[in-house]
Amino acid sequence: MLNRYPLWKNLLILAILAFGVIYSLPNFYSEDPAVQISGARSSTEVGAQAETRIQAVLQANNITPKRIDDSGKGLLVRFNSDQDQRAAKELIQQQLGQDYVVALNLAENTPKWLKDMGAKPMKLGLDLRGGVHFLLEVDMPAAVKQRLEVAAGQARTELRQARLRYRQVIVENGALNIRMARAEQMSDAARVLSKALGNEYTSEIDEDSGTLTFSLTEVATREIENYAIKQNLTTLRNRVNELGVAEPLVQRQGRNRIVVELPGVQDTAAAKRVLGATANLEFRLAAKPGANPMETESFSFRDNPNRSATLERDIITTGNNVSSASVGFDENNQPQVNIRLDGQGGRLMSQATRHNVGRQMAVLFIEHKTRTRITTNAKGEKMESRVPYTERNIISLATIQSELGSSFRITGAGTVQEASELSLLLRAGALAAPIYFVEERTIGPSLGQKNIDQGILSVEIGLVAVVLFMLAWYRLFGIFANIGLFFNLTLLVALMSLMGATLTLPGIAGIVLTLGMAVDANVLINARIKEEHHRGMSPHSAIHAGYERAFATILDANLTTLLVALILFSIGTGPVKGFAVTLSLGILTSMFTALMVTRMQVNWTLGRRKLTRLPM
Amino acid sequence: MSKLIQLNLDFMGKRRWAFALSLLLVVISLGSLVAQQLKFGLDFTGGTLVELTYEQAPSLDQVRNRLEQAGYEDIVVQHFGTERDVMVRLNQGFTADVGQEVRDVLAQDTPNVHLQRAEFVGSQVGDELKEQGGIGMLVALAGVMLYVAFRFQYKFALGAVLSLAHDVIILLGVFSLFQLDFDLTVLAAVLAVIGYSLNDTIVVYDRIRENFRMTREGGPADLINLSINQTLSRTTITSLTTLMVLVALFLFGGEMIHNFALALIIGIGVGTYSSIYVAGTLLLRLNLQRQDMMLPVKEGAEDDGRP
Repeated sequence: MLNRYPLWKNLLILAILAFGVIYSLPNFYSEDPAVQISGARSSTEVGAQAETRIQAVLQANNITPKRIDDSGKGLLVRFNSDQDQRAAKELIQQQLGQDYVVALNLAENTPKWLKDMGAKPMKLGLDLRGGVHFLLEVDMPAAVKQRLEVAAGQARTELRQARLRYRQVIVENGALNIRMARAEQMSDAARVLSKALGNEYTSEIDEDSGTLTFSLTEVATREIENYAIKQNLTTLRNRVNELGVAEPLVQRQGRNRIVVELPGVQDTAAAKRVLGATANLEFRLAAKPGANPMETESFSFRDNPNRSATLERDIITTGNNVSSASVGFDENNQPQVNIRLDGQGGRLMSQATRHNVGRQMAVLFIEHKTRTRITTNAKGEKMESRVPYTERNIISLATIQSELGSSFRITGAGTVQEASELSLLLRAGALAAPIYFVEERTIGPSLGQKNIDQGILSVEIGLVAVVLFMLAWYRLFGIFANIGLFFNLTLLVALMSLMGATLTLPGIAGIVLTLGMAVDANVLINARIKEEHHRGMSPHSAIHAGYERAFATILDANLTTLLVALILFSIGTGPVKGFAVTLSLGILTSMFTALMVTRMQVNWTLGRRKLTRLPM
Repeated sequence: MSKLIQLNLDFMGKRRWAFALSLLLVVISLGSLVAQQLKFGLDFTGGTLVELTYEQAPSLDQVRNRLEQAGYEDIVVQHFGTERDVMVRLNQGFTADVGQEVRDVLAQDTPNVHLQRAEFVGSQVGDELKEQGGIGMLVALAGVMLYVAFRFQYKFALGAVLSLAHDVIILLGVFSLFQLDFDLTVLAAVLAVIGYSLNDTIVVYDRIRENFRMTREGGPADLINLSINQTLSRTTITSLTTLMVLVALFLFGGEMIHNFALALIIGIGVGTYSSIYVAGTLLLRLNLQRQDMMLPVKEGAEDDGRP
């Protein structure tokens, strides 16, 4: 009874194989091109009324949808072709207007009974589906500096109220430096400011130069960074939602980076404009004629660089206080942006405008951008450096007609499209700290399809070659190995689907590589069986010994490879990680199928028979 | 075909030739790596890449001229896969829609040109990746060395790591010598080769360990030679099946994983050679003796800390 498995072992193996088949199934149902409609705000309901309007507009344009579902988050309209989908998206967007987000999507077709078991297909990566990948970096020094600027303002007020005279309060070298006018007031000032600024700062007194230095503690700096990342994440998510993308990914990566992936987006330039234009607004009064030049600044206009205006340095309020913005039309049917400020912003605005009716107020549009400069270093190598710069332009300069409150409008923001883009940026909120693009990848949808086709083709060809070879070389044992190989692929796909792994091109390459290497264990076993038989063992003993002795070798060899795959996973990002996941899972499943599944087949077919010679 | 062929080739007898060949390859590789480095792809250098598809095969010179006229400097224009696919690499900084801009410039000559892919990588990201890749390779080698030292013996660990280093250096050497694009997928391939080649080496070492423990006749050279012969059919068959799928990937997998497949093909070729000729030879050089393989004698069992 050398080559028999106990019943429980057989049942366990069969159960695992059944699991593999069921959970890999959803990948075989092809997806429908679809359009997803959801409310722009969570309060907007997408109900029967919207559905009727959609059906009407589609019918009017001779597009027949395959099905319309209520997906819980909104409506999902499925189509028979990509062309229908694209055309319908435009039509539905026009029909429903700004209150709804209309996004292209791929709708899965997994049957309900599979869904109920938690089975779902693998997600396709951007390289297979088309879309945009952005890597953004948050400018941390700028975030810290912003915080220090606020503290500087606070320090000035506190000192003034405590009647302590200071010469200068400036932000320098990542710290707040306060030069006091009188040496004897130094300790008083330090006490007052320590109390006001709290325990986020450590203070230092330099008697000789009469300077107080407040620097942020390590913990406080980390907190500011975390906050900057979080606020940027929220803002980016809002903006991505405004763009109308079906399954966007906005995720922190490392200490100061954010990954944004937008599958299916075609117009990357628009996406980038909305995401990347880390715009903010500043509301400032225009300078009075003859004002002290130290207190004014000149800026040019956004639509006409030759025109400029002089503004006061003092800022009334910024885009941070903007709570909503929308596009409207004025009496002359020109586009305008309606702005609503929050409580604090409204108070500041009314304070500033109350006594300045008749003066002009400017809205300054601030964009953070990067410029890449190529310089040549001492060794003659070309070095690329990223130089962040800030562009400030006036987008409107208008006379204050009356005291402004928390709700007012800006006219002269350009065309309807420009006005709506500006309002979109304002509505989605201002960014806490500037962000810069450090990486961008765009894959066109046709390239994605090409990658899928080629990937599948090479898997098929590779698989057929290996199967034929094993069959020719090992005959009956080749059949066992091939069945094992088939289940290996099934289990691998099932595990990847269940884990929610994203299939990428390197992932497919990992599957192909696994296929080649998966037969290794069987080759080892079969070679060992032959060898033991050659040394004079009976066929049954040889089979038994072959599996036993090859096991240690297989374990050692696979564990070391697994070790390398895990290292690959821990250091890699994006595609390399995908490859490592596939490779590691492949190693595990191939060990199972090569050792257990083939053995089970051997036991079933040969276990009860008398063998005079090895069938290989 | 199913006959058991017990080969008895004298691999160890030719070890001086193999050693000379390996040394030559490693020296050439290192020389090329020092002299002209690797031709790092966009992932590592940073920069901008635009891939376009034409309806009819364009003339590359015309594309290059047109872009230079439009003010793009320092550009590389080449075919990517088919005659109709063109890849443009720019070193200049990135503006919001350089992909579209390049397409629009080229569409002045031929209207039917489509943007397939546009990539921009900051130089800083590239530098980090280089560092990570290098660290990854070293960590992988160190991890392997520890594991093998633990499961086998330190001479095996040294032998395994040296033969891995041999494979990696030659693989990188080929990429450097022929100035093939070394991008992120190739890095993944190099790490996969480390895994694969290690797998091969471990199988041979496993047999060497077994033979050193079980067989009484023959010196170290004979036993190593016997072990290599015993595992030879497995080594070649596995390499063959893996190479079959890789060739399929190389021929049909598309341009984006061309170099990935190529790196694996080279790596597995070199890895197979090294597990036959290099890994065993190294053990001899490290003076592996039968007593290195003796199971630990239990004399320490009495004084294992108990009074």
